[in-house]
Amino acid sequence: MAKKDSFNILEHELVPKHVVLSKEEAKELLRTLNIMPHQLPWIRENDPVCRKIGAKRGDIIKIIRKSHTAKEAVFYRYVVPRWVK
Amino acid sequence: MSLTPELVAKLEREGVSKAVIEQLNEKLASYGKISEDKMEKIVDRVIKSYKRALVEPGENVGVVAAQSVGEPGTQMTLRTFHFVGVKELNVTLGLPRLIEIFDARSKPTTPTMIIPIDKKYSKDRDKAFEIAIKLEELLVDDVVDSSTIDMVNDRIIFELNPNLLRNRGISLEELKEILESRIKSIEVKITGSLKKKDEPIYMEVSSKRELNIQQLNKLKERILKVRLKGIPKIRRTVIRKVELGNGDYEYVIATEGSNLKEVMKVEGIDRRRVYTNDIFEVYRLLGVEAAREVIIREAIRVLEDQGLDVNIRHVMLIADAMTRTGRIKQIGRHGIVGDKSSVLAKAAFELTTKHLYDAAARSAVDNLLGNAENIIAGQPIRSGTGHVKVYLDLLKLLGESEDGGST
Repeated sequence: MAKKDSFNILEHELVPKHVVLSKEEAKELLRTLNIMPHQLPWIRENDPVCRKIGAKRGDIIKIIRKSHTAKEAVFYRYVVPRWVK
Repeated sequence: MSLTPELVAKLEREGVSKAVIEQLNEKLASYGKISEDKMEKIVDRVIKSYKRALVEPGENVGVVAAQSVGEPGTQMTLRTFHFVGVKELNVTLGLPRLIEIFDARSKPTTPTMIIPIDKKYSKDRDKAFEIAIKLEELLVDDVVDSSTIDMVNDRIIFELNPNLLRNRGISLEELKEILESRIKSIEVKITGSLKKKDEPIYMEVSSKRELNIQQLNKLKERILKVRLKGIPKIRRTVIRKVELGNGDYEYVIATEGSNLKEVMKVEGIDRRRVYTNDIFEVYRLLGVEAAREVIIREAIRVLEDQGLDVNIRHVMLIADAMTRTGRIKQIGRHGIVGDKSSVLAKAAFELTTKHLYDAAARSAVDNLLGNAENIIAGQPIRSGTGHVKVYLDLLKLLGESEDGGST
């Protein structure tokens, strides 16, 4: 399938670091924010980055952005199937 | 004097951003010795000021962002720049481009890429040129001066441009080979030579099958579209020298036309930094987060280019709103506004009658949960100071409640 030296999109400058949260971390996050997971911004299950890091629907992804203003900013996205709305 | 690890940890715990911590550290370094006591006080003051500068819950950030981009937008000239300088590329700027970004059009009118070259030869102009030539798409159409259909012998005759062929390094044999492998049913005969100067080269193409004029015409069009070299959609390339500061520089390739997927496969370029202004191409290949970043960069570039000083935070908010659902949604009735559940909110935006008629036909209900609806209804909105409610525990006030329960 993929060539041995094929480019890893996660290394691209435009792609920030994505980390899948563990069950406990996700629970803790939702508790501190006092929200339901679908109230977070979403990311599609078929998003190239999701596929690369193996995130499944229902997961919460922590995104560490290189921010223009804060140098580093943390953002969360909830993995949803591609067909949602 | 600089911050101790404990103080840095304290700042981070309080949610102070890295950029602020770094700046503080730089500032402190320029001062002499500061006592521990004072340091502690400084840090506390910074935390206090930082928190005061944060946006408060209930602040109407969306409205503020819309106005902050909208007002300067009205001042933008409608002028687009065509070929600034002689060898420059034509890129849509100004209001048309801004509308294009926020409308989330699937293709920009002028797709362009910025392709940095691998560190090893980023200062080598010849190498940059060599790669650029490899990228540039070359169709048969580009090397043909004129073409005619010879109806008597059922052939198509092309007059080739020898200079172009020489420049792009395509031999006549290669040309014949590519054509015959791409379109199986034809025979190609080329007369002339690239070595002789100013002598026309003719290429005769005949089909193995009997063809009428219409079919011959069709075949001609097909041949002209055959790609000899390069990457599809990359129509033109320009080498640019980019100053990196401190006298450092590098060469990058700017292109007309965009094809991120194919360009990233090319050897000798810095794949990690390839950039395109095609938001959807980035979305498909690198995901929503990358697309969000491109929306921000493109929008702020357009605004800054026109000398408009819009704070990047507004643009960041808009980009976040556009990518909230994990897809790219336009700002408008087919996107963010169109997804609102309230009929009145949609009617307040665009196509008022259409939305009201549709709602009436469906006997829709509006629960008046959003702000736009409540403004129409003349009620206070849940926003700003309206975001909080005050409850009075009468029992506690009268001293009759034991646990002093609060709501």
